[in-house]
Amino acid sequence: MARRETAILVVAVVMFVYFWVSTPNFVGYNNLVTLSQFVAPIAVIGFGEVMLLTLGEIDLSSGTIFVAMPFLAERLAAHGLPLLLAIVLTVIAGGAVGAINGLITILLGLPSFITTLGTLFAIDGVLLLATNATEAGMPHGATVGTVFGIYSWSEILWALGLCVVMYIILHRSRIGLHVVATGGNRNGAAEAGVPVRRVVLWAFVMSGLLASLIGVIDAIRVGTIDPGNTGTTEMFYAVAAAIIGGTAMTGGRGTQIGAAIGAIVLGILYVGFTLRGINANAFILILGIAILVAMAVNVQLGRVSQRRGGRKKAT
Amino acid sequence: MTDTAGPPVAGEVGLPILRLDNITKRFGAVSVLRGVNLSLGRGEVLGLVGDNGAGKTTLVKIITGFIRADGGRIFLDGKERRFTSVDEARSHGIETVYQDLALIPQLSVYHNLFLNRELTTGGFLGLLSNRRMRSLARQYLDDINVNIPDIDAEAEMLSGGQRQAIAVARASRMPGVKVLLLDEPLAAMGAREASLIIDLIRDMSKSRGISMIVVDHNYTHLFEFCDRISVIQQGAITWDRKTAETSIDELTEFMVWEYRRQVMSGRVEKVE
Ligand SMILES: Nc1ncnc2c1ncn2[C@@H]1O[C@H](COP(=O)(O)OP(=O)(O)O)[C@@H](O)[C@H]1O
Ligand SMILES: [Mg+2]
Repeated sequence: MARRETAILVVAVVMFVYFWVSTPNFVGYNNLVTLSQFVAPIAVIGFGEVMLLTLGEIDLSSGTIFVAMPFLAERLAAHGLPLLLAIVLTVIAGGAVGAINGLITILLGLPSFITTLGTLFAIDGVLLLATNATEAGMPHGATVGTVFGIYSWSEILWALGLCVVMYIILHRSRIGLHVVATGGNRNGAAEAGVPVRRVVLWAFVMSGLLASLIGVIDAIRVGTIDPGNTGTTEMFYAVAAAIIGGTAMTGGRGTQIGAAIGAIVLGILYVGFTLRGINANAFILILGIAILVAMAVNVQLGRVSQRRGGRKKAT
Repeated sequence: MTDTAGPPVAGEVGLPILRLDNITKRFGAVSVLRGVNLSLGRGEVLGLVGDNGAGKTTLVKIITGFIRADGGRIFLDGKERRFTSVDEARSHGIETVYQDLALIPQLSVYHNLFLNRELTTGGFLGLLSNRRMRSLARQYLDDINVNIPDIDAEAEMLSGGQRQAIAVARASRMPGVKVLLLDEPLAAMGAREASLIIDLIRDMSKSRGISMIVVDHNYTHLFEFCDRISVIQQGAITWDRKTAETSIDELTEFMVWEYRRQVMSGRVEKVE
């Protein structure tokens, strides 16, 4: 494992041990389930953000996709579609929303920060209009529901599986190499024939797919869906997890394993603080400091590795 | 290719491998190429000389399909071609060493060498065959005597000369190369590295019959390995001689004379 991921892993282990020793019930079954359910959506949305940050892009609308798309699954199921089919169509629709983000970004040449800031509000607006801002109950068919969220550990198992898949895509596949190349030197990659615009489009689609998939799973687990949530908290946690995990915003370097560990760090802090009765505001403060420290460490590690002549591992 | 009868005499045997006919290009209001006519013989090495901003890089990028010309025609092997992408030009045997090298700082030497032509296990995901790429890259770099101690090192850890060598190796690596375009390939190189690349250029033209256009500012270098030299000024070819029929002094004299003429004509807009 690369140095960046090792550093954040050590932080996660130290924090886990600290809460284990100091806080009764922290490693209790119920608490670990709660922890896993906090971590999973942040991690999975984070996997998409890692892909985009590696490209030097960002998706501010991912959290809103996460919140909004389950309403589509709910509507489809209410119209009599089997739940599994409703889920599949919803995930595809999430990819389509990602495609819109990508197309606007590459066709208009806008920074994705702007594109997705716009679509964030647009999606939220559509959601509020379509639902009249009223909550809905999420359906959960027997077997399908168990796999997609009802079984306590299903959400984190999905996150684990997606982590493996996304790791393979970014670090072991051709498209992943093109993501790194495009993020590292966009003009150079284009000169070498890499279809850089298509790569960017593809990454936005991935972000939309991931956010809507984990959105549906999370919604089935919770049972109710609330259009009052804009999803920005989830998005910011996901971006924070990616950055804390060692992905740079400057492009060319990213790690989904780091993002997963980053999400675990956030989860340990959040759940640990809650259990100890420390108020949630302290969590926000710690989160802010953690992001600053992580960025500083990131930059520092970058300098060290340049001085030493670089890491051995490629990509 | 059918020309197996040894290295042909530059530009004299048969059709040129590459011919540009009245290529024009403007960026906004600026006319960068104003009708470039140029031909490259089979196995010929053509030196392209010109001041900064003369349009050399733009011309190279038009030939590779990276940018589209506004007007004019390109003939490869006697057939008119309009390449719409770098990949398409590559599939016809046109390879390029870009002035900015087009290397990815965060990728390893071997991934850079195989960029966009990665070896994969095939299938839907296209998993990278890293071990195969690594060993082929090592082998190729050894073959052409490029000394890169660590093939896993990221490109940003290499010296300027090493990076240039990687870019040249990448472009020359493929067996199907017919036309190689080198845009200032010696710029960041020390004397030893430069002579290595010069040997490589000579070898590619003599034993592999590859035709080349080499952009460079160093006349001594150019006269070492070029069959012919063209001067591009303000977007058009203004001088074109076989190296055997001219000299460094003559080229220098022409360039100085041209420079004086431009200075004397001052800020008067030239109409061509
Ligand atoms: N993409 C571009 N957009 C606008 N102007 C450009 C672009 N590329 C090159 N130019 C301009 O075209 C002229 C020729 O550039 P270039 O071909 O790079 O010259 P050279 O390689 O001979 O130094 C320069 O004035 C340069 O500023
Ligand atoms: Mg140039």
